[in-house]
Amino acid sequence: MIVATLAFYLFAILTVASAFMVIASKNPVHSVLFLILAFFNSAALFLLLGAEFIAMILVVVYVGAVAVLFLFVVMMLDINFSELRQGFLNYLPIGALVGFILLVEILLVVGGWHLDPDALTVVTAPTSELSNMTNTEQIGNLLYTKYVYLFQAAGMVLLVAMIGAIVLTHRQRPGVKKQVIADQVYRRPEEAMAVRKVEPGQGV
Amino acid sequence: MGLIDKQARSLLLGEIVQGMAKTFSYMFKNKATVNYPYEKGPLSPRFRGEHALRRYSNGEERCIACKLCEAACPALAITIDAEPREDGSRRTTRYDIDMTKCIYCGFCQEACPVDAIVEGPNFEFATETREELFYDKDKLLANGDRWEQEIAQNLNADTPYR
Amino acid sequence: MVEFWNSYLLPTVIILAQILAIVVPMLIAMAYLTLYERKVMGAMQLRKGPNVVGLFGMLQPFADGAKLFFKETIIPTGANKFLFLLAPMITFFLALIAWAVIPFDDGWVLADINVGILYLFAISSLGVYGIIISGWASNSRYPFLGALRSAAQMVSYEVSIGFVIITVLLCVGSLNLSEIVRAQSGDLGILNWYFIPLFPMFIIFFVSILAETNRHPFDLPESEAELVAGYQTEYSSMAFALFFLGEYMNMILMCALCTILFLGGWLPPVDIAPFNWIPGVIWFGIKVAALLFVFIWVRATLPRYRYDQLMRLGWKVFLPISLFWVVVTAGFLVAFDMVPA
Repeated sequence: MIVATLAFYLFAILTVASAFMVIASKNPVHSVLFLILAFFNSAALFLLLGAEFIAMILVVVYVGAVAVLFLFVVMMLDINFSELRQGFLNYLPIGALVGFILLVEILLVVGGWHLDPDALTVVTAPTSELSNMTNTEQIGNLLYTKYVYLFQAAGMVLLVAMIGAIVLTHRQRPGVKKQVIADQVYRRPEEAMAVRKVEPGQGV
Repeated sequence: MGLIDKQARSLLLGEIVQGMAKTFSYMFKNKATVNYPYEKGPLSPRFRGEHALRRYSNGEERCIACKLCEAACPALAITIDAEPREDGSRRTTRYDIDMTKCIYCGFCQEACPVDAIVEGPNFEFATETREELFYDKDKLLANGDRWEQEIAQNLNADTPYR
Repeated sequence: MVEFWNSYLLPTVIILAQILAIVVPMLIAMAYLTLYERKVMGAMQLRKGPNVVGLFGMLQPFADGAKLFFKETIIPTGANKFLFLLAPMITFFLALIAWAVIPFDDGWVLADINVGILYLFAISSLGVYGIIISGWASNSRYPFLGALRSAAQMVSYEVSIGFVIITVLLCVGSLNLSEIVRAQSGDLGILNWYFIPLFPMFIIFFVSILAETNRHPFDLPESEAELVAGYQTEYSSMAFALFFLGEYMNMILMCALCTILFLGGWLPPVDIAPFNWIPGVIWFGIKVAALLFVFIWVRATLPRYRYDQLMRLGWKVFLPISLFWVVVTAGFLVAFDMVPA
């Protein structure tokens, strides 16, 4: 058991430390790389909780796709970041205010959190029905029965966001030649070329 | 009908399958490989390889220091100094070819009135240092002695066309 | 002390031994994959391929390895040294750790985890980091262009790979790789394997893993005609060797995944006497080698895609087809009441 505890503290400390480095490091590319490290460590924390599905999805979605795009964008930027940081202290009051409000909100949520007295027994003694299901199945069961409408709604929101992004960036340009690959594949040698017998000195 | 036909053709990857069949059929054909250090391909008599300075059969060097090759060389790779020898004949005291500059065009052997400088059939003269590629007269004469038989054969084979 | 030995040290030693038992044969397999590639490519181009070092050139991979090992590691002046050296290590280690969940035979698997296929998917989606970090850390144009291409390409093709995996999962009802293979066993042998009912998905998956491993005809990240060597341009010596090893290990890994998903893993094609005497791990190896042959065959046949064609194929062809096929498969399974429990 002690190994699991040590592992928890290791990953927890690494998560917090790399999250801190995300905002502390000078180079934005390093920030994104630290963010990836933070994602990894939180995935490891999920694994320690026995939630292997969520851990893997976290890695696939956040590390494998979202962070790649972050990195992609940050690498393409060409900004002098030391210049950008010059007015850092001017914004400190506003930043501190936002941080303080967030802290108060978290405290309110935690303070108002009412723990069901039976919860502890439920956690320590899983029911027999749940224990022989993998947690992928459990998530599936919950997501597609109890939360199916919310799930669908989230899907719709994402669809709208996607269509919106396409509508905003897509523009029709007239007079652009486009390759129609099906046409090219469909073309037979017989229609594309003709064999002619050319007499010397006659031309075609 | 046309649309379905078109789409079906691109979906079934007919072209790619055809191409793959072609490359697969080549797997079992006879190999064209020549096992180079052990086997070598044929060389034309006109092959232009490493340079050599030739001698007459009595051992006298052919070169008369006319400097036509130096003048013809488009890469300025040849340097010649000349002085009369004790017996009064005009000979080179220095005949250098910078093989790192040479482009193996063969103009030097075309220009030579006495067939002294020739490009022989040797193409395996790689060296470990750059300096070894700055050929001097001794090196070129040694090449001539070493390759004389092959060079003479090649010149002979090519005479009818000159 | 005894308890400590029994509960911690002994399992650690056993796991380390198992890891070695997987990694060492994998590295040798990878070394011979390079020879295999050069021999097959040679045969298709009417050449003999390497045949001087050792019998039939069998020692060529080790000669190449020794050569790379003794070369000088050059780090460009403007490069970010830490990330520059980290990138090849990432590529190599990701290619190695993925093997933890691959079942070579029934029960021959290091970690038989429930979400094996997701783990593999996660690892393969991380592969892009080695390339993108190397491209950025080299501080040079060609590697950077290669890295950008690679990032876009791998993210695009992962989408269709994801959908293909989902269709297989719909038929199996489990994320465990051994379960996926067991679901393909049956009296019909080869006819039970998923590449027959899911043939279009098999093709799409195969083409997508070509793109995912940056192989021909999708090798735009390192296209030598345009980008010198893409993201590998500034690398030399062992740093380059690690990239090379990682890339080839990834090829074997993806072929192993394809074998497990579509070609029945360790199962013999016909479950009768001479075939089921051969151990499953041999069958697994044969199938992976056959897929690798197709990898090389494709490389010897097809020219490189243009970048817009690559993106078109990924987003406008594979994505709709695989999405459509997910729906068709799900509908079919529900309509004929074949949904796995």
